[in-house]
Amino acid sequence: MCGLSKEKTTRVTIDADDLRSEIRDKSVKVLDIRKEEDYKQGHIPGAINLPLASLLADDSPEKVLQYAQSFGIGDETSVVVYDDTFGALASRVAWTLEYIGHENVSLLGITFSTWKRLGLEINTESPSTSKTNHSLKLQPQILATSDYLVPAKEKGAVLVDNRERLNFLEQHIPGAINIPYKMLASGQNILRPKEDLKRLMQNRNISSNSEIITYCGSVGTLSGLGYYALKSIGLDNVKLYVRSFKEWKSLEKPIEKQQDANYWDLSAE
Amino acid sequence: MSNTNVNQPKPDNLPAHKINWGRLDEAERFAEQVKLFRQGKLTRDDFRRFRLQHGAYGSRMTDDYSMIRLKLPAGEVYSEQLDKIADLSDSFSIGSAHVSTRQNFQLHWVALEDVSEVLRGLAEVGITTREACGNSVRSIMCSPLAGVCPEEIFDPTPYAVAATKFLLRNPMSQLLPRKFKINFTCCEKHGMARMVDIGLIPQHAEINGKTQRGFKIFLGGGLGAQSFVGHQLEAFTPEEELLNTIISVIRIFDRLGNRDNLARARMRYLVNEMGWEKFQNLVLKERAIMKMILSLVVKLEVDKTPDVLRKLSISSEMPSIPQGYSRWAKSNTVKQKQPGFSSVFLTLESGDVTSNQLRVIADIAREFTADGQIRNGFTQDMVFRHVKNEDLPRLYAKLLEVGLANPGALTMASVVGCSGTTSCNLALTNSHRLAKEIQRKFIEIKIDEDDDLRNSTIKISGCPNSCGQHEIATIGFYGGGGRLGKDMYPLYNMLLGGRSDEDTTLGHTCTKVPAKRVIPTILKIVEIFKSEKRQGETLDMWMCRVLEGNGGPNVKSLDDIKELLKSTLVVPTKEQDEDFYTDYGNDGSYHAKTGRGECAA
Repeated sequence: MCGLSKEKTTRVTIDADDLRSEIRDKSVKVLDIRKEEDYKQGHIPGAINLPLASLLADDSPEKVLQYAQSFGIGDETSVVVYDDTFGALASRVAWTLEYIGHENVSLLGITFSTWKRLGLEINTESPSTSKTNHSLKLQPQILATSDYLVPAKEKGAVLVDNRERLNFLEQHIPGAINIPYKMLASGQNILRPKEDLKRLMQNRNISSNSEIITYCGSVGTLSGLGYYALKSIGLDNVKLYVRSFKEWKSLEKPIEKQQDANYWDLSAE
Repeated sequence: MSNTNVNQPKPDNLPAHKINWGRLDEAERFAEQVKLFRQGKLTRDDFRRFRLQHGAYGSRMTDDYSMIRLKLPAGEVYSEQLDKIADLSDSFSIGSAHVSTRQNFQLHWVALEDVSEVLRGLAEVGITTREACGNSVRSIMCSPLAGVCPEEIFDPTPYAVAATKFLLRNPMSQLLPRKFKINFTCCEKHGMARMVDIGLIPQHAEINGKTQRGFKIFLGGGLGAQSFVGHQLEAFTPEEELLNTIISVIRIFDRLGNRDNLARARMRYLVNEMGWEKFQNLVLKERAIMKMILSLVVKLEVDKTPDVLRKLSISSEMPSIPQGYSRWAKSNTVKQKQPGFSSVFLTLESGDVTSNQLRVIADIAREFTADGQIRNGFTQDMVFRHVKNEDLPRLYAKLLEVGLANPGALTMASVVGCSGTTSCNLALTNSHRLAKEIQRKFIEIKIDEDDDLRNSTIKISGCPNSCGQHEIATIGFYGGGGRLGKDMYPLYNMLLGGRSDEDTTLGHTCTKVPAKRVIPTILKIVEIFKSEKRQGETLDMWMCRVLEGNGGPNVKSLDDIKELLKSTLVVPTKEQDEDFYTDYGNDGSYHAKTGRGECAA
C-alpha cells in the first residue's frame, strides 16, 4: 500500500484573507494560544482558546487527543493556530497536533496584533463545540529525543539552535548551528517569503535531503517556529527536539561555548 | 470585509539617501565566495582578503563569525537606512549596533553564512561595506558639525562625498601597502586633521583679489603602535588641486610604502623614514605630473547644491520641561551657525545602541531635524542636526523614553572604548566594558557638570594599536597584562596630555594602572588637578603645563603625578583581592590571549 497520499502537501501558513473565507465557510477550526484573559478581550471570530500553558501542563498524546476531540477536531478537520508571540507558541501547538497524527494544521501567517492592526474582525464570543472522534497515530519521525541527537548528528543530521545569537555563543549543544528565530520573520509575517528562507538555507549548505533537528531554550516554541520555517520550504526530514536545551543541561550532557570573548558587553540592552 | 493596507504611507517630504553606494551583485558574489571557501576551493588568505575588501572582519578567536563594518561616507545616514540597520541587527547580529570612532556602524557576531544577507539588505537602502576594511582607502570622514559649525569657513561635506565617489571601487584604492585614511574637518577644533594619512581643513585665500576656496592639508599623521602628527603640505591648497593632491599622495604611497613589513606599512612610517621635506617634494612633483596628464579627464564632482531644509512643524505644546533637561542641554547640544538651530549629540555607551533605539533615533530624525539626516560622530556618538531650539525639550523627552537621554556627550564623561575583548583578536583587555563602567560612574557623580573637565577626554584601547585613540586623550589607556608572582591581572598603560586640535600632541606615558584601579586613578588625578589648578585653568590646560615641566611647587612634572598615584596603584595578592585579578565582564582569572590581527591582512 504505497499510495501517493503521503505526498499531499499541507500548507504551513495561511494568510489572513484565506482564513477569513474559511471562517465564513465554517470549514476550519481556529485555535487561539494566548492567555485566557487576552482571549476574553477579543479574538478571531470562532476561535477556541487553548492557552499554551494549559497544553504544556500535560502534553501527553492522550491529553492532546482529548483536547482535539473536545474541540470538535476530527481527523480531517482543517485547523489554524495563532498567537501573539511571533508564531512561536502557535508553532508548538501545531507541532503537537501533528505529532498525534493530525495532518491538516497550519499557522496563521500573522500574529493577532497584526490582525487587529489591520482592522480585521474580532469578537468576544466563545464558540460552542461538540465532541468528535479523532484517531491517535503518533508520528515519531517528527520528534527528537536527547538520546537520538548524538547518533543522528554522527550520521550527518544538522542540529539547529533557534535561540538568539548571544545565548547561543554562551552555550549550546556541541556541533549545533545557530539560526536565531528573529531571522525567520519578515515585516509583519511570522515567516519570511519562501525564496528568502531557501537562500538562507542554501547559504548554510543545508540541502533538501538533509535531516534537521531544531531546538531552543526550554519547551520547543522558538524551535517550533524553526521547524515550520524549514517545512515551509519543502524540507521534509525535520524533527523537533521538544524538550530542548533545558533538558539537555539537566541531563548534564556536554555543552559548547564560544570561549575567550566578552560578546555580552557589546549589547546595549 | 474590506482590504486594509497596513503600510502607512510616509509623508512625501521626508529626505532619503541621495547617493546609492551599495551594489547587490557584491552581496551575491560574497555568498558565492563563502561557499567556495567552505568547499575548500578558496584558500583562507585569499578568502580573507576578499572578505576584508567587502567590509567583513573575523571575530575574536573565530572566523565563523564576522564583524561587518558599514561604510558611511562623511558619517551620513538617513532614517530609512537606520530602520534597515536595526532590522538587520535583529535578524543576523546581536540586536545592537556599534558606532565606531570613524563614523561607521559595525554589526558584530554575524554568522559568516549570513554576511551576504546583510550586504543585500544594506544595498537595498544604498549602503555599502566595500573597502570599509582591508588595504584600501577607508571611509572618508567629515566632522559631524560640518555645515553647521559656527567656526567653519565653508562646509567640507560635498568634498568628502565627491572624493568618495572618485575613490570607491577605483582600482587605485584596492591593493595599497596598508589601509589609508582621509579626514575632512569643519574647523581646527572639531576634527582630527593631523592624526590621519590625509587631513583637510577648509580655508579661504585671497588670490588676485578674489576669495578662493581651498584646504589646509596635513599628510602622514596617524595613530598606532607608533603614532605621528601630520605635516602641512603647503600654506594653501586651492580646491581645483584637491583631487590631484589626493591622487598623488595615494600613488606615492602605493609605489613606495613598505610592503615587506606590515608593522611599518602605514604611510606615516614612509613619511617618517624618508623625511618630511623629501616626501613633500615628491608629492608636489607628482601633483604637477598628475595635473598635466589627468586634468582633462578627471574632475572631482562636487555637488554644491545646499541641502534642502524642510519646514518643521511640531505644534503641540510641551506641558513642562522634563527633569534633567538643562544638564543634558548644556553637555549635549551645540548652537549652529544657522540662527535658531542646534545640533544634538547622543551619549552612547562605547558606541553601542540597540536596534529599538535605532528605530527611535530614525523617528526622531524624521520628526525633529530639518535635514532628515543623522551623522555619526568621531567619538562613537550620533548627532542630529538642524533641530529648532524650541523643540529641544520635546526631543529630550523622547530620548528619555528609550534610555538615550544621558548627559555628558561633549564632556569628559563620554568615554571612548574600542571593541576590545568583546570581538577583537588583538585585544588584551575588555576596554569596551571599562569605558562603559567609567562613563556610568562619571554620570552618576555628575562629572559632566564640572566646567574644569569639559574639554578633557578619556579614551581607551584594549591593546597598543590605538583603535580607541588613547594617544590623543587627556587621559588615555591601552591594555596589557600584569603579573604578581604567578598570578596575572589585567592592566592599562596610562598616557596623559594628548590632544587632536591645532596643538595636536601625543599623550606622554605616565604609569601602569591595574584595570580595577582605573576609576580611582582618574578620580585621584582630578583631585590633584583641583588642588593645583590656577584660576580659570581646565584639566587639559593644567596637564599641558605639567607636561612641559611648569607645574606648581607640589606637582611640577609628570613624575610628581606618578609619585602621588603610587598609593592608589598598590597591587594586592590574589588572596587579599580576587576581583583584582579578573577583567571586567569575566568571572574567572585573567589570562592574556590573542589571535591573528585582522587589520593586517
